[in-house]
Amino acid sequence: MALRPDLAIIAGAVPAGARVLDVGCGDGELMAALKDQGVDARGLEIDPANVTAAIARGQSVVQGDANRDLADYPGDAFDYAILSQTLQTTERPDRVVDELLRIAPRAFVSFPNFAHWRIRLALLWGGRMPVTRLLPVAWYETPNIHHVTVSDFRDLLRAKGVGVEAAWYLSGDKPTSDAAATWRAEHAIFLISRR
Amino acid sequence: MASLLHQIQHHSVTIAASLPLDSGQSLPAVTIAYQSYGALNAAKSNAVLICHALTGDQYVASDHPATGKPGWWARMVGPGKPIDTDRFHVICANVLGSCMGSSGPATPDAATGTPLGMAFPVITIADMVRAQAMLLDHLGIARLHAVVGGSMGGMQALAWATSYPKRLASAVVIASAARHSAQNIAFHEVGRQAIMADPDWQDGQYYGSARAPTKGLAVARMAAHITYLSEEGLTEKFGRRLQARDIKSFGFDADFQVESYLRHQGLAFTDRFDANAYLYITRAMDYFDLADPHDGRLSGAFTAAKDVRFTLVSFDTDWLYPTAESRRVVQALQSVGASASFVELSAPFGHDSFLLDVPALDRIVAGALGGGF
Repeated sequence: MALRPDLAIIAGAVPAGARVLDVGCGDGELMAALKDQGVDARGLEIDPANVTAAIARGQSVVQGDANRDLADYPGDAFDYAILSQTLQTTERPDRVVDELLRIAPRAFVSFPNFAHWRIRLALLWGGRMPVTRLLPVAWYETPNIHHVTVSDFRDLLRAKGVGVEAAWYLSGDKPTSDAAATWRAEHAIFLISRR
Repeated sequence: MASLLHQIQHHSVTIAASLPLDSGQSLPAVTIAYQSYGALNAAKSNAVLICHALTGDQYVASDHPATGKPGWWARMVGPGKPIDTDRFHVICANVLGSCMGSSGPATPDAATGTPLGMAFPVITIADMVRAQAMLLDHLGIARLHAVVGGSMGGMQALAWATSYPKRLASAVVIASAARHSAQNIAFHEVGRQAIMADPDWQDGQYYGSARAPTKGLAVARMAAHITYLSEEGLTEKFGRRLQARDIKSFGFDADFQVESYLRHQGLAFTDRFDANAYLYITRAMDYFDLADPHDGRLSGAFTAAKDVRFTLVSFDTDWLYPTAESRRVVQALQSVGASASFVELSAPFGHDSFLLDVPALDRIVAGALGGGF
């Protein structure tokens, strides 16, 4: 089964032999791909059905909450932390970024860009919170409690003094340029590091 | 009934080597009764040790010789089951101190031939595991594919990982804990006092007499049985329904169904368990605290066990070994960088969930052993 494009990008950027923590690993899809390429991947996942599915396929996954349970991992326990499509659901995304870069020197963080042109149009013309492919749930029941844009995230990293080693922007399944990302990217993936 | 219990023949091995115990005492020789299922491969690399709970036994997937009931984990162990005996050589040994053929308080004194009773030394979970390691040495099995256990069996699996980290690849710990809490100890003490208050206990030397402390043992079992169930489960099963009557008796018969059920559970237990064994094994559990030798830091227990893959499961209705105890183990494992999996499953049966129909548990156990199910 083909990986989701954002996960494929992350999988392609993790070297064999690395130790990785996938935060919000779901049923272990990315971990399975990483394991196939010789990565020691472990996961943290809040939903017990997903945890069960991941353990059933032989993955090493702990049921837990990214808001609270990252504190249980010692510093530098991993080479990479991965937070895919989860940042916008956390209570304090800024603190989660701190935790990611405490447990690993580098982290992949991916999120849906709330400043994509379709969302801007939906707000501007429709006057309603947008429901899109990547943000498919109405405002009152969405798990996405901290909507974030590419520019917002860049600002946060700058304020924290966090380095950006690489960034990928996806429009649909296709890459889009750095310069146009704030408008055109539906989805952003950052590889960040301690400075 | 204890006399009948001790007449059952079990498959066992007597190892003529001294077994040193945590108490400082030692057993000059040790008998271990065990059952095995599935073929051991030529490399002897497919052995899975299953550790049983307090009142469990080695008959994990075969009919119980005293009660005739199916093995206590027959739903989990067998051909094509989550612990697949077509793939694995499964071993289950009666724990040290128990009453199904392994050395325990009913074992005769080598010199006099009379049962040891309370002269049997107090044992610990680590002692049980040491005896199991002696059995594996005897069987020529250097390393286990996995050690799997629920409740006290989970404690043994944890003790395996800390005592013999090089001898197992994987530990599966279900509805268990790395220590006995004050509440756990308290419930056990109620059970022990019930046994020892029974005049038929006779300071533990009842084996030769026509009397055995069945009343005390039954009460101990009744108290313990409550702790294995959830309030929700009890309410659903019995509510306040009356037993075989329409009106209250205004007496002390078993008016309520739940009373009748508990009395039956208590009495039936005395057909298959020895009161002294109950004393010794509950004591072993009470002494269990993996952090104790490490100044209270549980992570200290696991520093040598970094290469063992751990899988822990708790149940949301288990108040005897609650999720927080499993989480405490997981945190300690994470702090030393060990590979840990953990999930809290939802099941209505309380602590006993590990023995009952919880399909998610089957999938997890199969996955932890490296197979799909």
